Amino acid sequence: MAKPHTPYGDTYSAENYWRANLRLVATLLVIWFSVSFGFGILLAEQLNKFSVFGFKLGFWWAQQGSIFTFVILIFVYAALMKKIDHHFHVGDEEPPPQ
Amino acid sequence: MDTQTLTYLFVMATFALYIGIAVWSRAGSTNDFYVAGGGVHPIANGMATAADWMSAASFISMAGIISFMGSDGSVYLMGWTGGYVLLAMLLAPYLRKFGRFTVPDFIGTRYYSNTARVVSVISLIIISFTYVAGQMRGVGIVFSQFLDIPISWGVLVGMSIVFMYAVLGGMKGITYTQVAQYCVLITAYLIPAIFISLLMTGNPIPQVGLGSTLTDGSGLAVLQKLDRTLVELGFTPYTDGTKTMIDVFAITMALMIGTAGLPHVIVRFFTVPNVSDARRSAGYALLFIALLYTTAPAVGAFARLNFIETIHNEAYADIADWFTNWEDVGLVGWKDKNTDGRIQYGPGPAFEGKPTFRGNDRGLSGERVLTNNVTNNVNEVYVDRDIIVLANPEIAKLPPWVIALVAAGGLAAALSTAAGLLLVISTSISHDLLKQTLARGITDKQELRYARLAAAAAVGIAGYLGINPPGFVAQVVAFAFGLAAASLFPAIVLGIFSQNMNKEGAISGMVVGLTFTFTYIVYFKFYAPSLNVAENWWFGVSPEGIGVIGAALNFGVALTISALTPPPPAATRALVANIRIPSGVARARVH
Repeated sequence: MAKPHTPYGDTYSAENYWRANLRLVATLLVIWFSVSFGFGILLAEQLNKFSVFGFKLGFWWAQQGSIFTFVILIFVYAALMKKIDHHFHVGDEEPPPQ
Repeated sequence: MDTQTLTYLFVMATFALYIGIAVWSRAGSTNDFYVAGGGVHPIANGMATAADWMSAASFISMAGIISFMGSDGSVYLMGWTGGYVLLAMLLAPYLRKFGRFTVPDFIGTRYYSNTARVVSVISLIIISFTYVAGQMRGVGIVFSQFLDIPISWGVLVGMSIVFMYAVLGGMKGITYTQVAQYCVLITAYLIPAIFISLLMTGNPIPQVGLGSTLTDGSGLAVLQKLDRTLVELGFTPYTDGTKTMIDVFAITMALMIGTAGLPHVIVRFFTVPNVSDARRSAGYALLFIALLYTTAPAVGAFARLNFIETIHNEAYADIADWFTNWEDVGLVGWKDKNTDGRIQYGPGPAFEGKPTFRGNDRGLSGERVLTNNVTNNVNEVYVDRDIIVLANPEIAKLPPWVIALVAAGGLAAALSTAAGLLLVISTSISHDLLKQTLARGITDKQELRYARLAAAAAVGIAGYLGINPPGFVAQVVAFAFGLAAASLFPAIVLGIFSQNMNKEGAISGMVVGLTFTFTYIVYFKFYAPSLNVAENWWFGVSPEGIGVIGAALNFGVALTISALTPPPPAATRALVANIRIPSGVARARVH
């Protein structure tokens, strides 16, 4: 019978935990970069051609949207990391692995 | 009651509150003094971090800067918030697991080297003193503008308040005072913003109001009207930038990395009970910061529109009181170039430099007579950006208690940041320089006494710098962020994410990053300010954004040198493995 698959890799090792952590952080940092440096700076001129709710879109991302997204990103990170911690049995309350 | 009496009442009530908290939360041990016993609730820590972070610059200056820079002001909004994402994901949880007291403590232990520790203490002290001088100045300005007290007396009062809770209470006292200060400053910021948003757009939420249609019957949205008005006057549209993209990119990145590397912000995450609390707490911190940072662009845009409509083509004789009040203190100046008795506003400076007046002499329309050399611009008005937030309630004709509240809020912002900075300065001296390096073997009690002494000395120096500000304070803000980005941030991140990073790599990286950034800023800001234009900048990056290149150099040098030198000892690799997992965090004391 095949080993039970986990969403973060086959074995509960420190390396797999670290890899799951890095993968999550990398994904979230891609979003972090896109909303600020992408929408707010590099693509701002193109996005400014569109107007939504009284804002030029690039301007909105630079002065409002990016900041809202940053807040959400950190809470998502905290929640998903807690899940990963739990999955690998390395949460705050658990004894340190040998 | 008149505005000044109300302001006295508000300021004294908040000061009494801060002192009360200081007495209640007196520190009993070094653990209390350095990290508040490690038992601060993540939401309380989030508020404290927000107050710690939002300084006189965020509260008083930022909306004004955005108001006059328009789209270019976005670098500060994104730069000073995006850093928290890096802090939350790359630093805070691991440093909390590490579980010591200071940032140099981490660098010294991780790199098994007192040289690394001392290099980071030096960076920390330069960064923090640069920053703290500006705070004390902010305290002095609020006192002198609102309470008619000389700046030096204002600074002295501010110093004694900070002394009370920083020296007695340490981190514990500071934490709970900062929670109170956050509540004061955010209320003071939001109330006028909500009023103004309601007046101008009929929508009470400033973030929504910024995109709403004006109630003046023009049928235009706020930003449309602002773009049009500015273009008519000869400015670039508010929503278009004037800086080059590469520079905007570099400044934003430098501010983000710098924010994540600021010691007084990082240590706040040493005070929560465990690793997942450190992550969550960063989220709360940014949420509380975002409340102000997303309101600031609305305040800036409303104020610019209001400002133009109140003064442009108005006769000086009929001008609103706030204009002449701020002219009296020298933050507004008007030169009637075409002698029509009316104020004309337009792009470019009206005259050279800040206004200098010929005593109390009055001109034909009753304005104060300026001695500056006049320019050829149509513009006749000088206005200091700092008055946007301070004068906004007056410009929008809000009741006196709102103005009093703004004064108390400005003081809360300046004092909370000053206290946080003074704490990291004093702890890095007592803990890292004395206990860990020069005077090993001192007891906990002696260390606590040294920490208090260092805090007292730091308050004194900060106060001196506030009363006698070195002329360069305004120009060196770039220093704090550039240096934090180029020295501390890379050393900490590599210490966590690279098990093979050794002391040789980390030290040479920090030294190269620090020296490069320092030299570049000093060269363009002090040695040859006339050359400080885009053509001379490396890669088109201004001194404000050079921290990015400093950080890149730091990373590059550290990785190269560490590959060529022996790997770190096994104990260090074990330490890194240990800080990467949350379990087994040292027990905290519950308050």
